[in-house]
Amino acid sequence: MASVGKILRRTFLIGSTAIVGGVAFGAYMVSRPAANPLQPGDGEAALNPFVFIDQEGVTLIAPRAEMGQGVHTTWAALIAEELDVALEDVRVLHGPPAKAYYNTAMIGEVLPNKGYDISDFQHNLGELLGVVGKVVNLQVTGGSTSMRDGFVRMREAGASARETLKEAAAQQLGVPRDQLRTDAGKVIAPDGTELSYSALAPAAAGIDPIEARLRDPAQWRYLGQTVPRIDIVAKSTGTAEFGVDVRLPGMKFASVRINPRLGGVMNGFDDSAARNMPGVEQIVDLGNGVAVVATNSWLAAQAANAIEIDWGAAPYPPETDGLFAEIAKAFDTRANSTMRDDGDVSTIPSSATRIEAEYKLPYLAHATMEPMNATALYTGTALEIWCGNQSPTFQQSTCASIAGLETEDVMVHTTLMGGGFGRRSELDFAGYATQVAMAMQGTPVQVAWTREEDMTHDFYRPGAMARFTGAVDGGQAVMLDGQIASQSCAQQAMGRLTGMQMGGPDKVLVEGAFNQPYAIPNYRIRGHIAELDVPVGFWRAVGNSHNGFFFDTFMDEMAYAAGADPLEFRLALMRSEHAPSAGCLEAVREMSGWTGQTPDGVGRGVGFTYSFGTPVAQVIEVVDEDGTIRVNKAWIACDMGIALDPGNVRAQMFGGMIYGLSAACYEEITFADGAVEQLNFPDYEAMRMHTAPEVEVRILETNTHMGGAGEPGTPPAAPALGNALFDLTGIRARELPFSKTFDLLI
Amino acid sequence: MATSLRINGTAHNVELPEDVPLLWVLRDEIGLTGTKFGCGVAACGACTVHIDGEAVRSCQVALGDVWGDVTTIEGVGTPDAMATIQRAWVEEQVAQCGYCQSGQIMQAAALLAENPDPTDADINDAMQGNLCRCGTYPRIRAAVKSAARMMKEA
Ligand code: FES
Ligand code: FES
Repeated sequence: MASVGKILRRTFLIGSTAIVGGVAFGAYMVSRPAANPLQPGDGEAALNPFVFIDQEGVTLIAPRAEMGQGVHTTWAALIAEELDVALEDVRVLHGPPAKAYYNTAMIGEVLPNKGYDISDFQHNLGELLGVVGKVVNLQVTGGSTSMRDGFVRMREAGASARETLKEAAAQQLGVPRDQLRTDAGKVIAPDGTELSYSALAPAAAGIDPIEARLRDPAQWRYLGQTVPRIDIVAKSTGTAEFGVDVRLPGMKFASVRINPRLGGVMNGFDDSAARNMPGVEQIVDLGNGVAVVATNSWLAAQAANAIEIDWGAAPYPPETDGLFAEIAKAFDTRANSTMRDDGDVSTIPSSATRIEAEYKLPYLAHATMEPMNATALYTGTALEIWCGNQSPTFQQSTCASIAGLETEDVMVHTTLMGGGFGRRSELDFAGYATQVAMAMQGTPVQVAWTREEDMTHDFYRPGAMARFTGAVDGGQAVMLDGQIASQSCAQQAMGRLTGMQMGGPDKVLVEGAFNQPYAIPNYRIRGHIAELDVPVGFWRAVGNSHNGFFFDTFMDEMAYAAGADPLEFRLALMRSEHAPSAGCLEAVREMSGWTGQTPDGVGRGVGFTYSFGTPVAQVIEVVDEDGTIRVNKAWIACDMGIALDPGNVRAQMFGGMIYGLSAACYEEITFADGAVEQLNFPDYEAMRMHTAPEVEVRILETNTHMGGAGEPGTPPAAPALGNALFDLTGIRARELPFSKTFDLLI
Repeated sequence: MATSLRINGTAHNVELPEDVPLLWVLRDEIGLTGTKFGCGVAACGACTVHIDGEAVRSCQVALGDVWGDVTTIEGVGTPDAMATIQRAWVEEQVAQCGYCQSGQIMQAAALLAENPDPTDADINDAMQGNLCRCGTYPRIRAAVKSAARMMKEA
């Protein structure tokens, strides 16, 4: 099978569609109803390659990274749907870094609308702004955007490829194109003559790609169906190659130790004990840490631990309490944003009951199953990097600048990844591998982190606090005024990725709070940025991961103060605002047989968050078993408009909820002496087979815009569980993890 | 000094210090990368292999202490000739990122060898040492049950 490297060497990406024995097709940027001022010129399509056909068949070059969310399977299905090939005959390769692969949907997210209320015009505008992604090389997998990004583009790529292949056949057979049909990787003439796509590929390469209409969804064979994942056999036989499985001839293994006081310097080190340890080949000074290169990963890690290192101080308050004191101070600073300010929060009826609450959520690590790693080979004039990553264009430019090379002299191979959750959009692991490879010129080196190094050197979900005030009157919410304070992970991460300082209102800081579909007449949300230098980044669902908890827990507190059923209380405010959201709540009410009453020893809570264009409602049931509380059952309803692969959507919804529950129950990153205190899974527990609830998922398809799937399942999990624990015990926990307040099964 | 091992039916002579954990012998020396590293402290199960049929955490077994024949995920079946348990894993579409699944399959295979008809409680007991950050637990449970069914029918 062709590798991306091989395809590239065949000049595939250099601007020509003609390649030896094959053809590459790109997707058109179609013009939208509003005229597109930034429409790419002629010939651009050939630079946007997604479909590659050679003598071996059809290959999808997938620019989005596969981290378990099933994007490769669904994108292959989008292509196969239009191209008339069997899904199992489509091979998928991770795309190389290239401008053609920018993420249109993610840039659309930057628009300051609530999401659920956007008009078709704004929706189109969002996609037009997507062109900006190309300018800043935003080839990033994240923000639950892959399906929205690929939905039109991949089908267009498939349709265009089909019509171009038909045109090649038409010219060869002397039959008009519209009399030809396609099936199972072949063009078929009225007289029954069949020409395979592979046979037509060389001729098709000389034809300008033809724009084609997309098929009516009523004709879909794959889309809307659960299809087998294309990577499922490899992942069931241990043959799937993750970043850490890359093996190159003569490769060495390295382990790193970076200053645990994050961002601090290294004053010096003594490696005399390490130098003579078995297997050790070289010790590399990385500036802020060291790497040991050895013949074996474990020997490398042992030697790294034997080095005495004098670490400099952290550039932030060294203890958790000091960090949260700074976060709390941000409440008194000028708001960075007021993304919603409906009515007037300062005047409420005198008959109303006022309530207030303060919440506090910890820093969190990503803890992907596969710790960070990258493999690199430096030859003096070129650099090759192999790693699982969510942002290959940024990896390429960063590694190039570390190595003092031109961007085009750096080749990034994106492997499968053992979880991403946002962590693999960062560049540190590839950067360290570059430094080590430069010290080992001509020898490939795999730099793999220990779990301890991974957990203590993350870009954490920021710790966050919120102060909410509300008022209820006549059983309804009449006012909600929320302030959220935390570091800005968006500004910090975008600064790291692009080298540009991002200012202005940070929508991510308040997402999941300002944009909830409730018709509360007086509704204000303000965001306050805490200026701290703890490394923070994108953690599954990003701002929604904390705001979902703040906002929805407060809704539950208001419902309680109003003496209303918490589910009905939410529904009453939602119906007029956003019907698909109300539909999700109604669905979980029915699925769970919600009555508002629970027997002794059982508690139930409802949670709801609208995020990434997808409303998700969850009901969670907890049971008290001899004083230990177990999460027993969960019901989830979501509405992302079109569910391209319902089986995968169910898996993502459940997985997203489990990720949220793991954090809600057990996870917390704390600091002492400037360093993270949690080192490994025993200090950072997660849901397991015996603690995970039974679950039922219902997918609704009434939403008029397409929403994401990978992240929206996470935000409502923590509030739904907290609301259930309140129902069971009468205790309202306003801090996470819940294990601090309750005796949870572990 | 060299240590001899039998892995997936093949004899190997390994030149490594005896305290190197089996996991790193398999991955970095023999090139069997199907067995994964997740924690190194017996807390995740990603490194699970069989020694004489028993499921063990290979990150905790020193090379010098390997007491029998080692079977890894590669020895269970191959893409062209999958074992029953792997077919069950495919049928239930268990994997998401897939990183933990070699360990899950090895743990489940040992459970089924001992207990051909596991209850939910048996599955909870046997599988709770195997972490899955993607949250594939319901499908792992379903796959264990369907493997049990397929094995009985065979
Ligand atoms: S790596 Fe052995 S149990 Fe986690
Ligand atoms: S499938 Fe990703 S960790 Fe289990």
